[in-house]
Amino acid sequence: MSNMTKLRRYHAAVWDEPVVMEMGRRGRRGIMFPAADQAVTAAVGCAETLIPEGMRRTMPPALPEMSEPDVLRHYLHLSQQTLGMMGISLFGTCTMKYNARLNEALAARPELAEIHPLQDEETLQGVLEIIHRFDLALRELSGMDQFVFQPAGGADAAYTHACVTRAWLASRGELGKRDEIITSLQAHPCNPATAATAGFKVITLPLEEDGYPSLDALKAAVSDRTAALMINNPDDMGIYNPHIKEWVRVVHEAGGLCFYDHANFNGVMSRLRARELGFDACMYMLHKTFGAPKGGGGPAVGAYGCSAELAPFLPKPVVTFDGKSYHLDNDRDDSIGKVREFLGNIPVVLKAYAWVRSLGAEGIREAADLSVLANNYMDHELLKLRGVSRSHPQIDAWRMEMTRFSLGKLFEDTGVSAMDVQNRMVDYGIDAFWLSHEPWIVPQPFTPEAGEMWSKEDLDTWIAVLGAVIEEAYADPDKVRSAPHNQAVHQIKGAPLEDPAHWAMTWRAYVRKRAKAQG
Amino acid sequence: MTFTHPFMANSVPAIKKEMLDAIGAPSIEALFEQIPADHRMTRELALPPALRSEAELRRHLLAILRKNEDCEANLSFLGGGCWQHHVPAICDEIAGRSEFLTPVWGTPSSDHGRNQAWFEFTSQLGELLDMEIVGLPVYSWGCAAGHAIRMASRLTGRHEVIVPRIIDPERLSVIRNYCEPQQMPSHIAVVEIGFDAGTGLLDLAELESRLSSRTAAVYIDTPNYLGVIETHAGEIAALAHRAGAEFIVGVDPISLGVLAPPAGFGADIVVGTTQPLGVHMNCGGGTGGFIASCDEERYAREYPSLLVSIAETVQPGEHAFGLSLLHQSSYGSRENGKDWTGNSVYLWAISNAVYMSLMGPQGFREVGELIVQQAHYAAKVLAEVPGIDIVFPGGFFKEFVVRFDASGKTVRDVNRALRERGIFGGHDLSAAFPALGQSALYAVTEVHSRSDIDRLAASLAEILNR
Repeated sequence: MSNMTKLRRYHAAVWDEPVVMEMGRRGRRGIMFPAADQAVTAAVGCAETLIPEGMRRTMPPALPEMSEPDVLRHYLHLSQQTLGMMGISLFGTCTMKYNARLNEALAARPELAEIHPLQDEETLQGVLEIIHRFDLALRELSGMDQFVFQPAGGADAAYTHACVTRAWLASRGELGKRDEIITSLQAHPCNPATAATAGFKVITLPLEEDGYPSLDALKAAVSDRTAALMINNPDDMGIYNPHIKEWVRVVHEAGGLCFYDHANFNGVMSRLRARELGFDACMYMLHKTFGAPKGGGGPAVGAYGCSAELAPFLPKPVVTFDGKSYHLDNDRDDSIGKVREFLGNIPVVLKAYAWVRSLGAEGIREAADLSVLANNYMDHELLKLRGVSRSHPQIDAWRMEMTRFSLGKLFEDTGVSAMDVQNRMVDYGIDAFWLSHEPWIVPQPFTPEAGEMWSKEDLDTWIAVLGAVIEEAYADPDKVRSAPHNQAVHQIKGAPLEDPAHWAMTWRAYVRKRAKAQG
Repeated sequence: MTFTHPFMANSVPAIKKEMLDAIGAPSIEALFEQIPADHRMTRELALPPALRSEAELRRHLLAILRKNEDCEANLSFLGGGCWQHHVPAICDEIAGRSEFLTPVWGTPSSDHGRNQAWFEFTSQLGELLDMEIVGLPVYSWGCAAGHAIRMASRLTGRHEVIVPRIIDPERLSVIRNYCEPQQMPSHIAVVEIGFDAGTGLLDLAELESRLSSRTAAVYIDTPNYLGVIETHAGEIAALAHRAGAEFIVGVDPISLGVLAPPAGFGADIVVGTTQPLGVHMNCGGGTGGFIASCDEERYAREYPSLLVSIAETVQPGEHAFGLSLLHQSSYGSRENGKDWTGNSVYLWAISNAVYMSLMGPQGFREVGELIVQQAHYAAKVLAEVPGIDIVFPGGFFKEFVVRFDASGKTVRDVNRALRERGIFGGHDLSAAFPALGQSALYAVTEVHSRSDIDRLAASLAEILNR
């Protein structure tokens, strides 16, 4: 009975906080450092003489000069001017979930925060044990033979796959011959983008009426130029491709590799394993599915796992365990080397390992169950709202952990877009929903993902707020189109962001362009 | 589920039933009807048992973490791409704020404070660098260098990059991946240039001989991987530009209170690390990279990273912060975008912003002076230890190369003996730079005191002259 939910009042903190570049007064200090010990200066002289002439800084940087408490208060104000999951965030494709603060407290301890990545492996036994234990957990979840955590995000894991594919092809004398990677229109943009960056041509299969590309389209696309398939399943519409094993067979028969982008793992975890479906490699986002925080876009980890056949090509080092101690195996001639310096975002690995240990097998099954239950509950309630429809309405099946909805009807009726609705919902303390990756396959898309964290009451609130905004759109569309009204600032003007005369990616560019505009 | 998990509000049986009833489903299992039977796992997951209570979980994790030895309990001189610098307490306080720590994206209005903090990261780094465009960070210095080289290749239509032989081997490995194998159509050939054995500076004659109309970019670091400040940077810029190549310079931003920003000696694109600016080492998880340039449209339109810009709102006199040129990113253009982007290290950008606000011009000058003096002091007292040579004895910032050949000992032996004394010696260079013999890269920063350095020297004297 979501429409019975009483809506709370909300207003963002408004501090009118100036840009830090305008703050402070000359001579103020936010931090001090000791002067060098007298014996040091006596031995080597002053700093200036130690820096080769011509390489010294002559003009001090025009940074703000602020006291320590003023810096603290400024950034606290900025944090308060950020809704930042203090409301209800059902940001689809990102699997918003609780990030246990125990993990933050542990990761901040010197036993992890003050570790240098080039320490001798004997001094890194705790780090290596976490990596190895978590590797084993992901092997169990996926059926793969080896995981690495060097890729610094989901897209980096996709890129790693493209690099591994190159090395695998080179080992077979096929690099340069097999130069095509196949993906679908609904695959995350990182799949085609990283494939192209790695030098492959990209073939994108369009969706057909079942909600995924047809097997025939795939058969027509594969050839002796096929290097790999990079694909999600289910996709962001919550539709599972039941022919995926056949897909894998077709690509393998053509001589290509199959990579499972497990961005949407939350709904299928514990029910299927990538390797058993035939995939050669897969990727998990530890900052999404595995309970590590997102940090507004990282630090993140794209855990990349693969079959024994591909393991020699993995980025190095790989962590091994001899039954007694843990080792860094750098002696891997076929390795692609590095996709990023060092071992990976180890604190994120710790947090993901902690999440798996907190839930266990039973808890992971429960999280999948609840996320799919919650999405179908949302789906059921949202479709009752005026102006809301969902993709592929003819498919009368329960959806997985996400559904792609459309406000196309609302837009036709009122001129209020999905982005307008998003801007208005934040006025009620509801974090922005996700619309859709490019290209849009339904008009005015939106994609909430309920996940396992949010209570039924939260979901009811979310639904009620959307309902209220829709009613408002029909009654007073301008109010929604001019939203937000309860935020720290109003709608940003979009055009200057694309105009070289106006865009300003730094304060100094802004000051220069403003002066020019004022003549 | 045999228990109600604290992270999952709806794992109460009565609530699940209420939701199932509401949608008219017979069971949760029925909701998975889309997955064919022969796709399913045929057994239950075999994972270690759940540690349901926070207390048990904490005990387990802490027991593992305690198997590490860290740079607080030990005295460390490790550097080489990740450094132990002082992290002001306020950086941790702000990076730990839930509003910054846990979310993903909002709207420009609901993310106003976060976007402003990002803009303050780019703006303050822009002041340190003397550059008008700074992108939101990428994963690491190596990734920033890789992207910058690809930018230069697109800008010039050329497919060769010149890099110094003195370069972090890990960074070079990342760059090589970004430059693609030669079988790929957009392969960028990597040409390595040697150095003067006495000074560690780039071999200008070799550079000149290798520059050509194929050269898309010349890439250097200053200070370089072995610590040496590249005093010929201006000449290198001139040579690169004469060949029509872009000049890309990698820097450690904590040096820029005392060292000249690369824009002043002709850099077109500047890259580097963000880790020294208020982020803990985190076993390498503190790594982040930046890309910066002048605000010319042709550069702006090659950025793969997200760009945040200040702009007016519909309310006169009010400003907000939004993403610029998003269409050219992989989010906007998939395989036709500029390389790719995705989650990066944006939380660290906020730590970096806080750090730079605390530092101001005086803080950067002070920390730079302290570091350069202490590093030279360390080099000097180590040079007095019999069996030790300092390979490039002057013109460095915080790192320098210590050679143990004269002692007859290997770096491995020396470091083992140091560790018995609670000291992490410098990073062993003998495998990556065999020409330097048994050498190690030592890093000295503001976290060290004079007595720490004296203790290192005394320990080495004891170890080498036993």
